[in-house]
Amino acid sequence: MVDSIKVYPAKPSKVYFYGTCLVDMFYPDAGMAGIQLLEREGIEVIFPQNQTCCGQPAYTSGYHDEARAVAKAQLGLFPEDWPIVVPSGSCGGMMRKHYPALFKDTSDEMKAAEIAGRVWELTDFLLHVCHIKLDDLGEPTTVAMHTSCSARREMGVAEVGPKLLGQLKNVNLVEQVRAEECCGFGGTFAIRHPEISGAMVSEKVDAIVDTGAKDFVTTDCGCLMNIDGYAEKNRKSLSGQHILSFLWERTNGTKGEPS
Amino acid sequence: MSETAQQSPHHIDVKEFHPRAQAAIHNPKIRQNFRKAMDGLMTKRKSAFEGWDLETLRDLGANIRLRALANLPDLLEQLEQKLTENGIKVHWAVDSDDACQIVRDICVARDAKSVIKGKSMVSEEMELNHYLEEQGITALESDLGEYIVQLAGETPSHIIMPAIHKNTGEISELMHEKTGTDLSHDVEYLTTAARLQLREKFMNADVGVSGVNFAVAETGTLCLVENEGNGRMTTTVPPCHIAVTGIEKVVPNLEDVTALMALLTRSATGQHITTYFNMISGPRKPDEMDGPEEVHLVLVDNGRSSIYQDNELLDTLRCIRCGACMNHCPVYTRVGGHTYGTTYPGPIGKILMPHLIGLDEGRHLPTASSLCGACGEVCPVKIPIPDLLVRLRQESVDGDKLHPAKVNGHGAKRGAMEAMVWKGWSWMHARPGAYRFGTNMAARFRKLQPGKIGGWTQFRTAPKLASKTLHERMKERGQ
Ligand code: SF4
Repeated sequence: MVDSIKVYPAKPSKVYFYGTCLVDMFYPDAGMAGIQLLEREGIEVIFPQNQTCCGQPAYTSGYHDEARAVAKAQLGLFPEDWPIVVPSGSCGGMMRKHYPALFKDTSDEMKAAEIAGRVWELTDFLLHVCHIKLDDLGEPTTVAMHTSCSARREMGVAEVGPKLLGQLKNVNLVEQVRAEECCGFGGTFAIRHPEISGAMVSEKVDAIVDTGAKDFVTTDCGCLMNIDGYAEKNRKSLSGQHILSFLWERTNGTKGEPS
Repeated sequence: MSETAQQSPHHIDVKEFHPRAQAAIHNPKIRQNFRKAMDGLMTKRKSAFEGWDLETLRDLGANIRLRALANLPDLLEQLEQKLTENGIKVHWAVDSDDACQIVRDICVARDAKSVIKGKSMVSEEMELNHYLEEQGITALESDLGEYIVQLAGETPSHIIMPAIHKNTGEISELMHEKTGTDLSHDVEYLTTAARLQLREKFMNADVGVSGVNFAVAETGTLCLVENEGNGRMTTTVPPCHIAVTGIEKVVPNLEDVTALMALLTRSATGQHITTYFNMISGPRKPDEMDGPEEVHLVLVDNGRSSIYQDNELLDTLRCIRCGACMNHCPVYTRVGGHTYGTTYPGPIGKILMPHLIGLDEGRHLPTASSLCGACGEVCPVKIPIPDLLVRLRQESVDGDKLHPAKVNGHGAKRGAMEAMVWKGWSWMHARPGAYRFGTNMAARFRKLQPGKIGGWTQFRTAPKLASKTLHERMKERGQ
């Protein structure tokens, strides 16, 4: 589970940005927001164009040969010893926690372990490595937050989001009941067990709507897709955003377009 | 099949997980009963650990269990020797049938016609009641929850609280119908009524059967945790006591029990300590007034030694059966224990049952999880349940070249279509050029994206592809 002790690096001059396939295809704004937040902290962001996917979907589905082939293609993308930042607890957890297991007993074992040690969930990195200070330029608003299970339990960043949002003076953060409970995404789980997943997301959406918040933010695009998609289909007045897009918009006054 | 219409496990098809889950999801009573009960248990656990250094205690619990498992063969030998010295007869059972026969033989030797049973999940695993009945021996559950479940002709839906799927109203109706008690919502009245019904049977039972929470090798002591006193009566009133347990329940020393006890009761029901803690170290001695004339221990393997062969799967055997993983599982909370169709439901069931029944039977179990990690987070002995689920998923699609599958029935879930999809997926994602081409095209032609995606769009709108991928946007910036 969560590492009991995390040793954060000193603030580096450069980082590798690992975008994740969901961000890449569905939420590139969140990726751009993350990149620009890093740049505003004076960090140069390297985006390896050859990145594809961390391999998690196949890994959690039990297709480990297939997952390994994809993950192996990522291992060569980070030659320098700069931190690797990921705008997702789930893909971060895959790389940090599961790569060593996936490559155990292979010639890539050392490499995978070395890379795993450099992987950081981006909000955690912004708060604890960059010591980011956020200046709120937005209108007063109320939001709820959903921390993905992997961000919470694998990457141990449950406290990070609320701390960052707490820096925004016009943002009123409300907490839904059972905030720590899974939204029902779980990758292929949502498709394999639609009824159970549907029951989970419906209760999650109700809990958020009950807080009175019209907007929610989350650390992971999987959860975002799930919660937002359910709210949209069921005409609930709730809309979601990746926390990075939200932070960028509030502190920069613009959307996450490339600068 | 609905939660209330369950019969003996003989009639339950484990493979029917899906339809049962669907029925449970649409059954407001089950949803309410479980949600309420699990919320209560989560709150209780939390407050019971207040002021404790829970992480250190969990580390201690995990270490005690790991140390015990590391020396399992030796400890079992030591246990057998000590128990024998104490006058307890030890039997080894390879599987459920074997274990049932051992119990029957003991009963037959004593010409026993009635058995009173304390709570024991291993006896559920053995389907002992059913078996004894076939042999003409009546077996009556003495734990209140088990008694209710037995009255209803069902199986337990939780390993600690067997009747948690029923609310007071349902229990009242059931008791009224089966035992003639008044229709009353007064819990006190119902409990007293059940107690009186059971007391009478206690006095006449020929044999008492119980489970074991910890078997201490050093002293040859069988420890039994319970709240109602029925366990104590089961093990002392009838002239013969048979304890049944899985082979993994042994711990080296008495002091190991203290830490595990502290974790067990708090994790399970949020109690600091249970009302009764029985330590059985032998039959009645010549100068003693009470206690059984003979005591037996049946050590049941039933697939456990095969888990033991594997360094990773071995962790499953750390389990102290507290049920916390169920109480915190968002899936278990939604579907209830009977949906699983297995003796052990919830997260522990998902990692244990495939070993007991094989993956061909239990192939849906490892997939019925969002891998949220709540189970692993609360497990008092730190079993990495989500990792084991992934491992079993791997086994159910026949493992990989590096780590060949080891569980019975491996490969049962591999479908040609699914395997091909993952092969294709892997091919594209292992080739950056192909990936970029594919994702760029998807973005370009996003209007053609299907509006329906299997189970996903049953409850949600389809995710919307962005007009430009992050790769493209970064490329435009010169990267
Ligand atoms: S797996 Fe852990 S949490 Fe679940 S019953 Fe066993 S000891 Fe308790």
